[in-house]
Amino acid sequence: MRKVYLDNNATTRMRGEVLEAMLPYCKDIYGNASSIHQFGRPARKAIDGARADVADLLGAASAEEIIFTSGGTEADNFAIKGVVHALRSKGNHIITTAIEHQAVLNTCKFLEKEGCKVTYLSVDKHGIINLDELKRAITDKTILITIMYANNEIGTIEPIEEISKIAKEKGVYFHTDAIQAVGKLAFKVKDINADLLSMSGHKIYGPKGIGAIYIKKGTKITQQTHGGHHEMNKRAGTENVPGIVGLGKAAKLAKKEIPEEYKIKDLRDYLYKGITSNIEDVRLNGHPEKRLPNTLNISFTYLEGESIILNLDMEGIAVSTGSACTSGTLEPSHVLTAMGVDAVNTQGSVRFSLGRYNTKEDMDYVIETLPPIIKRLRTMSPLYDKK
Amino acid sequence: MEGQYSEKVMEHFRDPHNVGEIPDASGIGNVGNPVCGDIMRLYIKVDDKEVITDAKFKTFGCGAAIATSSMVTDLVKGRTIDEALRISNMAVAEALGGLPKIKMHCSVLAEEALRSAINDYMDKKKKKSAG
Repeated sequence: MRKVYLDNNATTRMRGEVLEAMLPYCKDIYGNASSIHQFGRPARKAIDGARADVADLLGAASAEEIIFTSGGTEADNFAIKGVVHALRSKGNHIITTAIEHQAVLNTCKFLEKEGCKVTYLSVDKHGIINLDELKRAITDKTILITIMYANNEIGTIEPIEEISKIAKEKGVYFHTDAIQAVGKLAFKVKDINADLLSMSGHKIYGPKGIGAIYIKKGTKITQQTHGGHHEMNKRAGTENVPGIVGLGKAAKLAKKEIPEEYKIKDLRDYLYKGITSNIEDVRLNGHPEKRLPNTLNISFTYLEGESIILNLDMEGIAVSTGSACTSGTLEPSHVLTAMGVDAVNTQGSVRFSLGRYNTKEDMDYVIETLPPIIKRLRTMSPLYDKK
Repeated sequence: MEGQYSEKVMEHFRDPHNVGEIPDASGIGNVGNPVCGDIMRLYIKVDDKEVITDAKFKTFGCGAAIATSSMVTDLVKGRTIDEALRISNMAVAEALGGLPKIKMHCSVLAEEALRSAINDYMDKKKKKSAG
């Protein structure tokens, strides 16, 4: 059976070049990068090189603005908690959005219990925030604005440059969770003018368990992981050398190949066209244009998402859904709900997230496989016959 | 999640039994709502000896919701109303070789759909004898 992986916003397949780059650091070069002897020195050198490659991808002014973490979630936690701790005497108000990833939302919820006030900005039907609402939300107690660059579920891209402009005017730090944007969109941190930015390795064809946070020079942030003097005294713990090397390699490849990522848009639009010309009552979730080139989130009205993805899985196609049943909490997608998508269409949402390994043949296979599944499930749905 | 479904659940999900409607149903049960993610409609046909001769369903929901609908309609066929009332959600789940903990509510929904259909049948019968 053909296998088609369309869940690249969940994780990507690691590139062969990345694995090759990592292998020596899993085997012969095993020294602790903090050791000054011959076993440690090459590890240190590799970390320095990877830091420069990540800084280059992000367009950072210096490699010292990059701190390696265990992944995107830790980067988000560090950015938000770190700023809140550092600016405690200045204020306690955070502004974020209703559609952030759980790594940001649940960090904010935790901080609310610790006495922070959090504003969750609403979004329009395409998932874009309202800049006036953001301006109005800022008070003299606001210490951080944290807004994602692009949404993981629907791919909508937020007006990051306008947001950071507003933040700068008010003298408030701006953090962006760019985990889905890095490697897919060409940008430089100095252009988007972010003070802090989170990224992850495994979303850009790199390894899992590694990520990074960009901290603009001079940004006040309190260390969250205490221990040794690693990562310029910002994040303690013996460095994950193979992971860091892998992230560096993935970053280097991503910088070179971002134009290829944009080409994925053609495949994605071909898939969308193929689906909508064969199946009725399909709605697109997310912005029609301001959207990640690889992301297609659509609702198959009258159906529940898990029943669709299980059927697709049986045919070798891997996708994900915003339905309550697969969330682990039995809550439907908070992103679609915040966009005002009704309950039925939220339950019936399916995310196709493409990657560099997908082909036109993959798309044709999905276009051909989906209609009978949707038809069969709809004959089973009590909502469909009311139509 | 889906990875934890038993073989029996997957069997009923892949090829559900008793999908459809009974145009002259003796009772129809409607339970659930789209917010929680599951809606079940269960039809029963009851003969004059109070035996359920046929059962069908239509379900909007996840794999477990479809499998429990399929199983509960299998279980009630040939049972009397009294016997059917004793079919619990646990019996449905057990017949499916168990359900993931987070999906147990689907078996509860199946039991509720069955009760709702039986209540509808009883109401109709009452109205008929009163009329």
